[in-house]
Amino acid sequence: MYKYTEFDTAFLAERNAQFRAQVERRIDGSLTEDEFKPLRLMNGLYLQLHAYMLRVAIPYGTLNSAQMRQLALLAVKWDKGYGHFTTRQNIQYNWPLLRDVPDMLDALAEVGLHAIQTSGNTIRNVTADHFAGAAADELADPRPVAELIRQWSTDHPEFQFLPRKFKIAVTGSPNDRAVTRAHDIGLRMVERDGETGYEVIVGGGLGRTPMIGQVIREFLPRGDLLPYLEAIVSVYNLLGRRDNKYKARIKITVHENGIETIRDLVETRFETLKTAFNGADQALLAQIEPQFAAPDFVAKDTAPYDRAYATDPVFRAWADTNLTAHRQADHAIVSISLKAHGATPGDATADQMRLMADLAAKYAYDELRISHEQNVILPHVARADLPAVHAALKTAGLATANIGLISDIIACPGMDYCALATARSIPIAQEIATHFDALKLEHDIGPLKIKISGCINACGHHHVGHIGILGLDRAGVENYQITLGGDGTEDAVIGERAGPGFAAEDLLPAIERLVRAYLELREGRDETFLDAYRRLGVAPFKAALYPEARDRHAA
Amino acid sequence: MTLNSTVIVRDQGFSSEDWQGAFTPLEEATAQTDALDMPANADPDTVALAGLRIIRIPFASFADGRGFTLARSLRLRGYTARLRASGHVIADQYAMARRAGFDEVEISAELAARQPEDQWLARANWQAHDYQARLRGTA
Ligand code: HEM
Ligand code: SF4
Repeated sequence: MYKYTEFDTAFLAERNAQFRAQVERRIDGSLTEDEFKPLRLMNGLYLQLHAYMLRVAIPYGTLNSAQMRQLALLAVKWDKGYGHFTTRQNIQYNWPLLRDVPDMLDALAEVGLHAIQTSGNTIRNVTADHFAGAAADELADPRPVAELIRQWSTDHPEFQFLPRKFKIAVTGSPNDRAVTRAHDIGLRMVERDGETGYEVIVGGGLGRTPMIGQVIREFLPRGDLLPYLEAIVSVYNLLGRRDNKYKARIKITVHENGIETIRDLVETRFETLKTAFNGADQALLAQIEPQFAAPDFVAKDTAPYDRAYATDPVFRAWADTNLTAHRQADHAIVSISLKAHGATPGDATADQMRLMADLAAKYAYDELRISHEQNVILPHVARADLPAVHAALKTAGLATANIGLISDIIACPGMDYCALATARSIPIAQEIATHFDALKLEHDIGPLKIKISGCINACGHHHVGHIGILGLDRAGVENYQITLGGDGTEDAVIGERAGPGFAAEDLLPAIERLVRAYLELREGRDETFLDAYRRLGVAPFKAALYPEARDRHAA
Repeated sequence: MTLNSTVIVRDQGFSSEDWQGAFTPLEEATAQTDALDMPANADPDTVALAGLRIIRIPFASFADGRGFTLARSLRLRGYTARLRASGHVIADQYAMARRAGFDEVEISAELAARQPEDQWLARANWQAHDYQARLRGTA
């Protein structure tokens, strides 16, 4: 993992001292509330419904055990004993006091963590594939370049006051687990004629106008990355709309000007910017890369795993859903579900964080990851150790066997925390999870991604849920719209609206009708909900959702 | 210093206006113009630079960051004379302005009273802690 250089450490100390002074200058009136707002946002501090919220970056989703323990410490010392892992590899604390925030930032700095540019109209913390460095299907580890982008985008003098926020994601694997096509810039590491480089995707985004990103450069040689990124963002900085915040994202700039125009502008600017880089960035990258080298995997006989798998049905169910193939056959990638049935998706208590840190230290070469699906990952665990890991997780309510299943729901904070919410989303997720758990249908249903947003801003990614749920406000009453067939992987698709929305009390029966229709229609257990939807189209699912309409036709 | 006068901020702190001539708006600029007011929506790649001794770029709001890219673009084109940011630029942006290529910032007396000299001097160390300088090999 990346170790902060003296430069990084000194930068962070200076930055935190600046923020401490900004808080004081807000209080003494030197800074107006308007002026303070973007300054606190670029340091991760949001104002929510009930209190401030501090959003801390998990750099490209990677943590070590000391960092995880420090996150637990913050939860205990300055919050209510828990934190919330988000869809963008952040952790949010929902109850800090403004005067404590500078101390929280200093505590984070002790372990090389920060909240810089996790918010505001800046380049946000870059996200990456959460299985990076472990997945069997990986071409290259995206984290070294994500770290390079972190350094480049941090405090970039040109880009702290962009028209709107700007999100970059990187994947090094053909199976896109980083949702690169729904980012302002998505980078896919690719190889051409033996040379490595990037496919550059621009203008994706969810929110109120969901768009799938378009390829602006099919192959960008590795060494050209920073000037090319800088070209895109500087073209956007001048061209992006500042008159209407709903039209300010680069997806709208691309849509209004056309990808060809944007490409021409970017390529022209790139030619100039290339001359401003002399290879020092690539030399830094070369120093970063070895720090992400795989640990020395210890070969262990898998017998304990095989025995537990054969004899313990609870372990087997967990192993079947929560493990992913590791590039090392006697190891596995463990996904720890933060979606216990009935719990708040993505929440972890300080005790749970400490347990996960202990397990990482003992069994996982000191590494943890945070996924955009709001779960925690132990990327490298010897199969022999899995029974012990599972047993330990059970003691802390962390052994739920539901990764990728109907109760592994992404939900935004919604009405429970968010000032912009038009409906609840966490309670909806809890209801769905407990309901299908009680029906004991979850494992039979198989892979199914439900994603819930509490308003049109789409923080819960509902557009790319196989079943998406969007909570709206209709004349003071919550109303839930369902979208179908969305997909956030390399085949990214925006879901299709199924029809009129449902009142809160009608939503759960509607979801159940939908799922039961799928179970009847599928050709077998191998055909997932999404596959069946793609084969059959929306009609039979609509019929299940709106039986009255079908009955009216029949009458 | 009268209330409607402006303050010039440089690394050494506050000083008063020392550019004696008038600034010409871009649309009235001629080959003889030496001081140019370049609006935030100008195309930095086509503005004629020959003969200019100072360019002033306005910030209508501190939240509108176009000026930073304009400054960087002019420098990349080889403009080496004076470059000034003017208007609503806050002390917290001083380092960004300098790093983007501005030489100085012109602020109102009102803003200078609210954010006094020490708050600007606190950012005069803009050459330190600069990721861009590392990445561009200019540190
Ligand atoms: C509770 C405070 C929050 C507020 C006020 C908030 C606000 C917003 C707004 C206004 C947008 C739309 C921006 C645009 O499209 O230009 C947005 C999008 C988004 N937010 Fe949030 N959000 C909050 C919490 C979260 C959380 C907890 C997550 C992660 C679980 C999150 C992740 C995202 C994502 C992924 C988008 C997707 C749209 C995109 O960038 O394309 N947000 N948020
Ligand atoms: S989708 Fe809406 S309700 Fe949910 S967190 Fe985002 S802004 Fe808040």
